[in-house]
Amino acid sequence: MTTTTEAPLREPAVVSTEWRPRIIAFLCNWCSYTGADLAGISRIQWDPSVNIVRVMCSGRMDPTFVAKAFSMGADGVIISGCHPGDCHYQEGNYKTLRRFHLLKRLVEGFGIDGERLKLVWVSASEGDEWAATANEMAAKIRALGPLEVSS
Amino acid sequence: MSKPKLALYWAASCGGCEIAVLDIKEKILDVDAFFDVVFWPVAVDFKVKDVEAMEDGEIDLCLFNGAVRTSDNDYMAHLLRRKSKLLVAFGSCACEGCIPALSNTTTKTATLDWVFADSPSTVNPDRVMPQTVTETPVGTIELPEFWETVKSLEQVTDVDYYVPGCPPQAHQIWGVLEAVIDILENDKPLPPKGTVLGAGDKTCCDECPRERQEKKIKGFKRIHEVMPDPDQCLLDQGIVCMGPATRSGCGGLCVAVGVPCRGCYGPAPNSKDQGTKMVAALASVIDSDDPEEIERILDGIVDPVGTFYRFSMAHATLGKVVVGTPDSSGNGGES
Repeated sequence: MTTTTEAPLREPAVVSTEWRPRIIAFLCNWCSYTGADLAGISRIQWDPSVNIVRVMCSGRMDPTFVAKAFSMGADGVIISGCHPGDCHYQEGNYKTLRRFHLLKRLVEGFGIDGERLKLVWVSASEGDEWAATANEMAAKIRALGPLEVSS
Repeated sequence: MSKPKLALYWAASCGGCEIAVLDIKEKILDVDAFFDVVFWPVAVDFKVKDVEAMEDGEIDLCLFNGAVRTSDNDYMAHLLRRKSKLLVAFGSCACEGCIPALSNTTTKTATLDWVFADSPSTVNPDRVMPQTVTETPVGTIELPEFWETVKSLEQVTDVDYYVPGCPPQAHQIWGVLEAVIDILENDKPLPPKGTVLGAGDKTCCDECPRERQEKKIKGFKRIHEVMPDPDQCLLDQGIVCMGPATRSGCGGLCVAVGVPCRGCYGPAPNSKDQGTKMVAALASVIDSDDPEEIERILDGIVDPVGTFYRFSMAHATLGKVVVGTPDSSGNGGES
C-alpha cells in the first residue's frame, strides 16, 4: 500500500525589495530574435529585466508601440533589427531607422531621457552582441531610475 | 407635446465652437423651432442655477465644447452629464484637449507665472496671483481652482458622442443636428454610443484635392518659407502637413488653399494617438539612409510635440509618463 505524503511546504521565497527596471525589447523575427535565441542556446546570460516582444520586422514597429510601452510602465525600450542591407524584407530596417530618429525627438519632447529608447542592429549570429546590448541597456536604465506613469 | 430640450456650454475654449453653431445661418431658426434652448451662456440668458434646478436627464441633447482645466469646468461637465440624456463632446477641445491642452507640456505654476507676471505685456511687480479664496471688506470672493493638467471631456465624465473639429464645420454641425431632429421626431434608433459624428471615416488626405506622388524629400520647409505648388501634395513638397494622421470631415479646407493641415479633426479612425501616427507618416517621406543626414533633415521640423499634438495633447500616450516634479517651473524634464 502506498501512502501519499504531502510535499513539505517550501520556504517562502525571499522577495527582493530592490527595484528592477522593466525594459521592453522589440526584436525582428529574422535576425535579432534569432540572435537572442542563439544567446540562449549558447548559455550566455543577460539581464532578466529585458523582456522580448517578437515582431516580424523592425519595420513593423509602429511608433505607437513604443509610446504605449512607456505609458504602461516600461522604463526603457529597445528596438532591434537586421543590419542595414540585411533586412529580410529589403528595407524594413531603413524605415525603422528614419522613424526612430523622429520618435526619439518626440520622446525627448515629452521630457523623457532619450537614452531610454535604443535602436540596435543584431544579426542571427550575434548572440553575444545581443547579450551585451541587453546588459548595457539594463545598466543604463538602472542608473537613470524608474519612470513614473500617471493612472 | 413639449419640445425636446437643448443645452450648449463652453468650458475651457475660445468660443469658436459657439460661433460655428451660428455659422449654420438661418438653419438656427429650425433648431430653435424644434428645440427648446434651455441653456446657452453665449446666446441665451439662463444661469447655472436654472440647470441645477432641473430634473436629472431633463435635457435631451447637450453640446459641450471646451476642455476641462478648472474645478468649475469639471463641475459643469458633471452637472450637464447628470441633467442630459445625450452628452456630446463638441469640438476639438472637448474631444481631445486642443490648444488649451498644449499647456500639459509645462506646469500650472509656469503657466500662471507667464500669464500673470512674466509675459512682456504684463506689469505685476508684486506677483499677485489668482487665489481660490480671497477675503475682501465686502465679503469672501471665490475663484475656481486651476488644474495642473487639461483634460478632455471623456477624461472626467461619460460621453455619448463626439463631434470633432476646431471648430466643427457648419455643414457638419447642421448634419448632426438634422440627424438628431430626425431621430427624435421619428423615434429612430440612436447610433452606437461613442460614435464620432459629423466627420468622415478616412484621413484628411482622402479629401485633399492635391496630387500625391509619394516623393521622397531631402529637407522640410515651413509654410512661410515657400510658395507651395498649387496642385502637388504639400508633404511631397517638404511641408509638414498633418493630413495623413488626421480624420477627414472638414472637406480639406486648409490644404485646398495651400495651408498644411494642422490636424484639428483629431486622430484618424482606428488610431488613438495622432502624434505617433504622424511620426510614422513623416518618417516615410525622408530620403536618406544615413543617420546623420536624417538628423539634419529632421532639424527642419520645429517643435514636433507641439506640431503633432496641437489638437490632441490631452490624449497623447506619452503624456501619461510623469517627468520632473509637478511644482517645478519650466518643462520639468529628466535631462
